[in-house]
Formats: sequence, C-alpha cells, structure tokens
Amino acid sequence: MDANASARLKKRGSAWALNVALFISMLIICLPGLWIVLNSLRPTVEIMAKPPVWIPRELSFDAYVDMFSGVGQGGIPVISYFRNSVIIAVTSTIISLAIGMSGGYAFARYRFKGKSAWFLGLMLTRTVPGIALSLPLFFLYAKTGLIDTHAGMIIAYTALNVPFTIWLIDGFFRQVPRDLAEAAQIDGCTRWQAFWQVEFPLARPGIASAGIFAFLTSWNEFALASQLTRSTDSKTLPVGLLDYTAEFTIDWRGMCALAVVMIIPALLLTYAVQKHLVSGLTSGAIKG
Amino acid sequence: MLLLPAVIVLSAVVVVPLLLSLWSSFTPFRLTKPETVYQFIGIRNYQRIFGDLDFWIAFGRTVLLLTVALNLEMLIGLGLALLVDRQTRGQRLLRTILMFPMMFSPILVGFQFKFMFNDNVGLVNNALQSLGFTDKAIPWLIDGKLAFLAIAAAEIWSSTAVFAIFILAGLMAMPREPQEAARVDGCTPWQTFRYVTWPFLMPFAFIAMTIRSLDVARAYDIIKIMTDGGPAGRTEVLWTLIARTAYSDARMGMANAMSYVAILLSVAFTAYFFSKLGKARAQVAGDW
Repeated sequence: MDANASARLKKRGSAWALNVALFISMLIICLPGLWIVLNSLRPTVEIMAKPPVWIPRELSFDAYVDMFSGVGQGGIPVISYFRNSVIIAVTSTIISLAIGMSGGYAFARYRFKGKSAWFLGLMLTRTVPGIALSLPLFFLYAKTGLIDTHAGMIIAYTALNVPFTIWLIDGFFRQVPRDLAEAAQIDGCTRWQAFWQVEFPLARPGIASAGIFAFLTSWNEFALASQLTRSTDSKTLPVGLLDYTAEFTIDWRGMCALAVVMIIPALLLTYAVQKHLVSGLTSGAIKG
Repeated sequence: MLLLPAVIVLSAVVVVPLLLSLWSSFTPFRLTKPETVYQFIGIRNYQRIFGDLDFWIAFGRTVLLLTVALNLEMLIGLGLALLVDRQTRGQRLLRTILMFPMMFSPILVGFQFKFMFNDNVGLVNNALQSLGFTDKAIPWLIDGKLAFLAIAAAEIWSSTAVFAIFILAGLMAMPREPQEAARVDGCTPWQTFRYVTWPFLMPFAFIAMTIRSLDVARAYDIIKIMTDGGPAGRTEVLWTLIARTAYSDARMGMANAMSYVAILLSVAFTAYFFSKLGKARAQVAGDW
C-alpha cells in the first residue's frame, strides 16, 4: 500500500516536472518574438532606460507610421523595399513552381537512367553556400547588367528554390495513386489532360505548400541579396534591415518595427501550410 | 525531358558560375583589376590559404559551430518532440508554437539575438541584473567565447524547430503496439525508447538533418548581423572570411579558393547525412 502510494506520487511528480519543462521551452521559443513586438511599440528612451523598464508605460504605433510615411529617422524607404521583396519573391515562386512541377512529376512518375544520381545532383546545387555563390554571380551580373535589378534576383532565387520544390512536389505526386491517371487515360483523356484534371487537383495542397516554402526562402534570403542589390531599385527587406544600423548607433525601435513587418506575412503563410509541409517532406521517409 | 527546365536554370545560375569561380580561384583576380582574371597562377591561392593560420582557425570554428549546433538541435528537438507528444490536449497549439522560429528569417534571428544579448540594453543582461545575479554588464558579443555561445544559442533557437517538427511527425506516424509490447515484456522506459522508438524515428531525424545540412551556410546571415566575424576576428567563420576577402579586400581569386573549401564542407555534411538517411530507411524497412 505504502509502495503504491509513493509510486503514484512519484509518477505525478514527474508528470508535473515534464509539464513545467514543456512550458519553459515554449516560453523560450516565444519570448524573442514577443520582445520584438513589444519594443517596436515603445519609445527609444524606454528601450535604453537603465534600470530597465519591464512594464511599458506608453505604447504607440509611431515607429510604423514613420516607417511607411518614409520620413522616419534617416528616411529609410521601407515601402520600396517591401515592394521589391514582394515582386521578387512572388515571381520567383511562380517560376520555380512551374519548373518544380515538371521536375517533380518526372521524378515521381518516370523511370530513367541514373535517377537517384540526378536527384542527388540537384540537391547538391542547393548546398552551395549563398556567399560562395554570390562571388561569381556578382561578377557575371556586373558584366551582363543584371546587378541591382529585379530580374537578376528573380533568376537567382528561382535557382535557389528549384531543388527543394522538386523534392517536395515529387513527394506529393507519389502520394497520388498512379492508377487514377491511368484510369483517366483509359477513359479517353490524354496524358496532359489526365495530369491537369486528375493528378494536379489531388496534389494541389502539396504544391501550394511547396510554393509557400519557396516564397519564404526568397522572402528571407540575405547572403545573395546583400551582394547583388545596391539601391532602392532592388533592395529587399532583409537587406533594408541593415539600414537601421548606422555607424555607431542602432535605431532599435525602427528595426523592431521592420522586423515585425517582415514576420507577419511569413507567419500567416507558414501557419496556413504547416500540415502539408511536414507530410510532404516525410512521405518519402519510410517508402523511400 | 521534364527535367530540362530545372537543369537549364540550375546550370545557368549555379553550375556555370561555379566553374567560373573555380577558374578564378587559380588566378590573382582582383575586382579593381579586371584583366588579372586571365592570369593563371596555378594553385598558389590554395597554397596561401592552406598556409594561413587565420583561415584554419575560421575553418575549425565553422566545423565546431556546426557540430555543436547540429548535435544540440537534434537532442533538444527530440526532447521537445517527446514532451509535446505526451500531451493529450492542445497539441495543435503546441505544434504551431513549435513552428514559430522556422518563420523567422536568419537575418531576423541574428538581429533579435543581437538585441537580446546587447550588453547595454539587452534582455539577457537586464534580466540577470534585475534578478541580482550580477551587477556588471556582461559583454556577450564582445568576448570571443561568449559571442560564440550567443551565436550558437541563436543558431539553435532558429533551427531546433526543424528537428522537433520532423521527429514529432515520426512519433505520430508510429504504431503504438510495439511500444506497448515492449512495456508488457518488462522493458524500462529507457529500453523501450532506445530499442523500439528510436530506430523508428531515425529516418525522420535524418530527413531533418539532411534538410538542415542543405542549408548550413544560412548561419552566415546570423553571424554577419550579430558580430560580423568580429570583434577582431574572434568569431570569424569561413563564410564571413569569404565575404570580407571578396568584398572588402576585393581579392576575388583568393575568396573563390576559400569558397571552394566552404562548398566542399557543405557537400560533405549533406552527403554524410544522405547516406545515413539511406541506411536508416533500409533498417526500418527491413524490420517491418
């Protein structure tokens, strides 16, 4: 009886400890983000205050207003950065989805010589560090006049996204049973029709999440963008973030506000696709 | 045929520039003197960097950072996944929180941690001082060792989510019977985990590893903004060294030689995990 009671107590105690551990780790995950949101809303004086002010005394959206009216400290042209980011990320996502769909379909449906070698080769192009790739690209772009243009960034990001898009889309097409397309073809569809009418609708959620993944990669990329962009013509938000760092001072509040602006689209999109993303990437885990 | 667009884009943006940079790594190419690109000097650049102590220190630091970060990410990710998995309520919410760091662009992570570890206004120092652990401002980003810790913390914060998400997906896909059978047969929880759960989870962990290792150089963004390799090269890694040599010193040929070392390092990491993934898959398939 006594042993039973103590065992029960011990079990409940360890369950509690584990819950506390979970709570603390969730807190650590959330804290940096919340800290930034909070600081984007308070005046710089309060951020710099010594001793620190823990509970904000006044909150204001000044930083955001400054940012979008373009007259904030230093007048950083956030609006054009935002526009560049959107144009570059959306266009390169669409192109890499088109390329990824044809490539992923090829890997999922056809047998050809050296298939796994091709796959590995495509993946390896992704491992090249952005900074290492930026050197020759910088040189080539400078020669061809692509430097500091939307087109140049779009081409670079498309190449960056294609391997991963192929991997994801391959996984999703593999989940669509082959028989369905074959049945459609027997019923008189051409292969092209069978693809668009049968296989594509079934794989659509997966393709959407591949697209969002590609969008996020372009949205967040820094190493290439920092070298291949020069002016407001093509600078993206991650590069623009550096504008807030002057020689010796940093406008913490402005930076925090810009950070929040950068995160929000990413946050919404990731939330929308989280389920498909994981299932797509792991579909190959067991079946191979 | 369907792969053609992917191959064209990747060869245009990745393969051809890399060949160019391979060539220029054998020349004394400087941006300021474009004609030097035609002057062949053999392997002198490589001899120079391999004889350079600073390069080896940066190289060693890169490998150390990757090893420490990847291992800890894997362990913490596993722990988090197990913690979340045993919760019966609110799993959806927990999973969403878990994805949170994945949405942050590395540049933002860098900025965020730079802010938190700031010796004057940072959250970490403020918290330590308010709680009375110390009354001095700890120079997190100025002392070499502490800066390394801070960078590793940022890196781990941003990438542990990948592991947690995939391992969690593995846990959910896992049949419960073997675990129960093991418990009935008298296994301790540790034995159950070690011999039943872990082998099943391994492919999922290695998928996460592979995805992660595809993009190890992403850490460049974090380091660039947190310390930029400084102060005085105390946190210099391979990638910041490349950027400095290429763009500040304009010694492109030398930088290209370095980037080949960096590329080989990335490829080695990826190839290693890819082969591990294959083995883990084969083992799970064999057991079933």
